[in-house]
Amino acid sequence: MKWDFASVFDNTDALLAGAAGTLRIFAICLVCGLSLGLVIGLGRYAHNKWLYWPATAFVEFFRNTPVLVQILWFYFALPILLPFTISPLAAAALGISLNSAAFSAEIYRGGIQSIDRGQWDGARAIGMGWGQAMRRIVLPQAIRRMLPALTNRAIEIFKMSTLASAVAYVELLQQGKLIASLNFNPIEAYTAVAVIFFVFLWPLVQFTYMLERRLGRGE
Amino acid sequence: MSLLTVRGLTKRFAGNDVLRGIDLDVAQGERIAILGASGSGKSTLLRCLNFMEMPDAGTVTLDGKTVGRRESELTLVRQRVGMVFQQFNLFPHMTAIGNVMEGLCTVRGQSKATARARAEKELARVGLADKAGTYPAHLSGGQKQRVAIARALAMDPEMLLFDEPTSALDPELVGEVLGVIRSLAEEGRTMLLVTHELGFAYHVATRVIFLADGTIHEQGTPDEILKNPRKERTRVFLASHRQFSL
Amino acid sequence: MTYQWDFTPVVANAPLLAEGLANTLKITGVSLGCGLVLGLAFALMRLSHRRWLSLPAGFVIEVFRTTPPLVQLFWMFFALPLIVGIEMTPFLAAVVTFSIQSGAFFAEVFRAGIQSIERGQWDGARAIGMTHAQAMRRIVLPQAIKRMIPAFLERSIELMKTTTLVATIAYADLLFQANEIAQKTFRPLETFTVVALIYFVVIFAVSILARQLERRLAVSGESTVH
Repeated sequence: MKWDFASVFDNTDALLAGAAGTLRIFAICLVCGLSLGLVIGLGRYAHNKWLYWPATAFVEFFRNTPVLVQILWFYFALPILLPFTISPLAAAALGISLNSAAFSAEIYRGGIQSIDRGQWDGARAIGMGWGQAMRRIVLPQAIRRMLPALTNRAIEIFKMSTLASAVAYVELLQQGKLIASLNFNPIEAYTAVAVIFFVFLWPLVQFTYMLERRLGRGE
Repeated sequence: MSLLTVRGLTKRFAGNDVLRGIDLDVAQGERIAILGASGSGKSTLLRCLNFMEMPDAGTVTLDGKTVGRRESELTLVRQRVGMVFQQFNLFPHMTAIGNVMEGLCTVRGQSKATARARAEKELARVGLADKAGTYPAHLSGGQKQRVAIARALAMDPEMLLFDEPTSALDPELVGEVLGVIRSLAEEGRTMLLVTHELGFAYHVATRVIFLADGTIHEQGTPDEILKNPRKERTRVFLASHRQFSL
Repeated sequence: MTYQWDFTPVVANAPLLAEGLANTLKITGVSLGCGLVLGLAFALMRLSHRRWLSLPAGFVIEVFRTTPPLVQLFWMFFALPLIVGIEMTPFLAAVVTFSIQSGAFFAEVFRAGIQSIERGQWDGARAIGMTHAQAMRRIVLPQAIKRMIPAFLERSIELMKTTTLVATIAYADLLFQANEIAQKTFRPLETFTVVALIYFVVIFAVSILARQLERRLAVSGESTVH
């Protein structure tokens, strides 16, 4: 069997375009997902039922449906209800962001709840309102505990970017498919794509391990 | 005129009546020690006075004005009525001086420089000027509680509430905290003190209240309550406390 | 002009949807079973002191946790048959991919679960003369498995969602059927909405069961491992 990586190297432009696409959708979904997640997470933490139940419904729905189904729904189904089309990037970004928001909401809620009640007491006793206590005292302490889980989420988002290839968004896997079909070298093409992902993600995964160890010691 | 007036204070937890209609007047400069068995409602009473717990019924009047239920009003009340906790509740991600400054900066909106100057003074007053840059994790229990007191003092409270301030401390650290509280008493500060340190209460308090079953069972001067209690229940309580005294 | 919803074409294709759901469950079940076995094997290899066992296992686990599942699936479907020279079907590619992937995650759960059993249990077993293998089999694993159940259920739910990826290599799972029906009936809105709801109902139900089980275990004093 002859391995033909040369044709892969010939297509570095295509792969670079793919990498750019992957990074773009990763950045969008990371920012949107994690910030929306904070809002929803606070809603899950609230006592007010007008905040709690919608947030809970959101989390349950988007955690218990597959992302690919959501992406296809946004790409094929939503445009029927709207007067405009949805681009592959928009459909994929919507699906991945909403899913990430739902998962990170639970991370935020868990982190905030893990902060000892006494910290709230100490903050309120010097006259802080709820918002001040959350911002100055509780969240800063909670974020530290949530960091490993949040970086895990980031890793998952990066991996989910490949789902955008199902609607032909130009990212790494989509380019891999292109190269494989043009050069009849699926082994080299898909191995190359896998290696690129590994190279991107391995440092992040190691960083997460290190975070877990560091924080495990500090607590 | 009294600084704090409480009428008919009632609080229920999960179907239990913890406080059953407490009436209390606190005059300026009074130092009131609150004694009672666990579950008698001592902490709950204190926590209702600065609305860390919401009373189910009754009124609390501070300086002639009855306190309403709106959060904006309550945060103001909590600045005027300071609290020191059994578990200190220091903010672990801030240094000692950071803890003391936090209320001034975030709640009062003061500049960092102004807050820092004031915080340094308060830390010096409790004897911890040299620990300003230390994080709570590296402080002893007694030091942590003194920082907590400095934090409460920085807000210029008209009244201080101490919720078993030394109960979580190792015995040899209790003295340094009681010393600070005593110096505050000698300055004439108004304070309510929930404590098991009967000797301290005797020397520092102007009035002693014994709480049982959610009501004030007996109250009077330290001599009256601690040396010659009239009611049987008070006697039993004090006797159990003296069981193993030297 | 508002859109006229019409679910009848979807309902008419209910048998196709049912077949798709059955296939989804089939892939999930088979991959789970193989994944559990593989996961235990990987975990034991990782925990072993023999480098020729722990290193390859570690390598596979890292690769499968650090690359996207869809890339793995494509590689298995398009690349593997050329290397190994076998006939590849979507079902086989899917099962191989998801089994190894699940195995990689389960290996971590097994490892954490086994390591969470305190030393004293090993000491007690060895003190009565058990070999390492006997201690593992009779004392440690039985206790560890109970703690790992919630993590397994969580991973299984994840797997159910991941199986949708097989639609991209033309395996007739529920999502693939959804796409087919949507194109056939020109009713993508109704079709995909119905399919999304089917996935939600099934996965949510399993999710609730998992939570109740975890609560039951927590009440009985069992700590859990994630």
